[in-house]
Amino acid sequence: MEFFLESLIEGLLLGGIYAVVAVGMTLIMGVMKIINLAHGAIMVVAMYVCYALFVTLGLNPYIGIFVAMPTLFGIGYLLQRYSIRRVTEVITVLPETQVLLTLAIGMALIEIMRFIFTSNYQTVPVPGVSGKTLYLGEISMNVAMIIGFVVAIVFIMGLHLFITRTDLGKSIRATAQDPDAAKYMGVNTRNVTCLTFAIGSMLAAAGACLLLPAYYLFPDVGHVFTLKAFIVTILGGMGSTVGALSGGLVLGVAESLGASYWQMGYKDVIGFVIFVLVLLFLPGGLKTVIGR
Amino acid sequence: MMKRGWVTPVILGILALILPFTLSSYYQHILILVIIWITMASAWNLLGGFAGQVSFGHALFFGLGAYGGGLLYQHWGISTWWGMIVGPVWAAAIAIPLGLITFRLRGPYFALSMLAMCEIARIIFTNWVPFSGGAVGVMISRTWGGEKLPYYFIILAICAVTLGAVALMRYSKLGFYFLSIREDQDAAEALGIPTTKYKMYALIPSAFFTGLAGAFYMNYMAYIEPRVVFNLEAISIMMILTVMLGGAGTIWGPVLGATVYVILAEVFRTIPGIKEVHVLVFALIVVLIIMFLPDGILGEWDKIKRIFIKPKLAS
Repeated sequence: MEFFLESLIEGLLLGGIYAVVAVGMTLIMGVMKIINLAHGAIMVVAMYVCYALFVTLGLNPYIGIFVAMPTLFGIGYLLQRYSIRRVTEVITVLPETQVLLTLAIGMALIEIMRFIFTSNYQTVPVPGVSGKTLYLGEISMNVAMIIGFVVAIVFIMGLHLFITRTDLGKSIRATAQDPDAAKYMGVNTRNVTCLTFAIGSMLAAAGACLLLPAYYLFPDVGHVFTLKAFIVTILGGMGSTVGALSGGLVLGVAESLGASYWQMGYKDVIGFVIFVLVLLFLPGGLKTVIGR
Repeated sequence: MMKRGWVTPVILGILALILPFTLSSYYQHILILVIIWITMASAWNLLGGFAGQVSFGHALFFGLGAYGGGLLYQHWGISTWWGMIVGPVWAAAIAIPLGLITFRLRGPYFALSMLAMCEIARIIFTNWVPFSGGAVGVMISRTWGGEKLPYYFIILAICAVTLGAVALMRYSKLGFYFLSIREDQDAAEALGIPTTKYKMYALIPSAFFTGLAGAFYMNYMAYIEPRVVFNLEAISIMMILTVMLGGAGTIWGPVLGATVYVILAEVFRTIPGIKEVHVLVFALIVVLIIMFLPDGILGEWDKIKRIFIKPKLAS
């Protein structure tokens, strides 16, 4: 029983961090109607920003996050404004040209990181947090993951309030629903898409920094996170914060239980099977089940 | 098309037959790599460029093709050359149920569900040790040792067949069905084209030729492991990027893209001190190409020509 609860909690904690990454992706997907396959690469850039701060100035990732998030906000804004937007307005042979562009951008970002920091595995330990466990009765919990989970939930709630309460949030939602109508109502949709991409990248950066004390990092980890974020986005339903949160938690728990009761090596299969099944049988994602 | 269409292939064909005799073993190796990549890119282009079904998981078929021979050798000690038949057939056979599942999805969802299938295959081949040998892979001894020419002519034949089949399909009724599905699936369906069936007709040969390239890879490299042949970055994504560089939906686009990719990789590999920069350089080139010439170099050939040759104004 303890073993089960331990796996469950571990899954929930990881799921919270998946959720904050996926919330960024789902926001971009909802507004721009494209899949951002550079999302994981953006996380890797954020992780290396933290790593560089740690190595040069000795700052831990919980401080580095305040540098990484604005940096990635800027990078995201520039990418959308000067690169991806070019392709959204032309007619091309393949309808997925924008998606392929984000794929190529993601690869380029990962390779730039590899060029600067090499492929070696790096860790960014935080004294007093990394490797520490907290005991609740018989159940052990990783401290870094608990902090990550709590901060991630705060970010998700913040985003939810931002999207539902502020004017800019409302124009983002309007652009997601109907870009043309939004334009008629005086929304600067071009700017809104750039800001959306920037906010999405910023949230990916947040998730990346929160994972850093508990994990090791190397450039290729980006692809893994892109896939995870995408699975969560599909599972939760496009453009829904609550969906992304529930999707993240479900994926986290499913992976953790799978690793505990099946085999460590097959853990990732679960995510992909869930992904295909959801696409086929529940195309709207958990959003349609939850009802918002 | 019929007037001058045969000139380029004939010239390239003669060149491809003569060139290897004049080259050293190293350049023959590069030529073989170029031709493997041309085969793979053309196979991907059949499904992705013509039928418009962008797949992010074609390493699946490459890996299955490679493991076709690999498993024969592993379990029964049969020569991996039989894999040249078993591998592609197996890949094409597995493509059928996969297609039936994934063709219900469209656009990016199809692309990523193929990716999911490929990753599932990679994980199974890595972890199911009694079946596949696991992460250590399969190792054979090469039939012709260091000799490159026999391998060269085998892959050249495979490539010629692939390009021929792609060109034949493109200019037959089938090809026009593919294009109509790419341009507008709903309109194609409304005109009475059974879209799922014709997507299958694109997927099966695409999987077959990718598998054939994989089976050759097994024989040529003499070593495969799941991480290499089912690789997302180095195979699935690279197949797409090479096609995007040359021009999706053209016959010669994949040829150009694959050639540029392999040569770039080799050029950067010879420069000492920098490792793996070729992927970075190639990715940056593709980003710029998609930004400024979204249909690839050959796809936008007219546009490129217009930049250099000023169009004559009607007087």
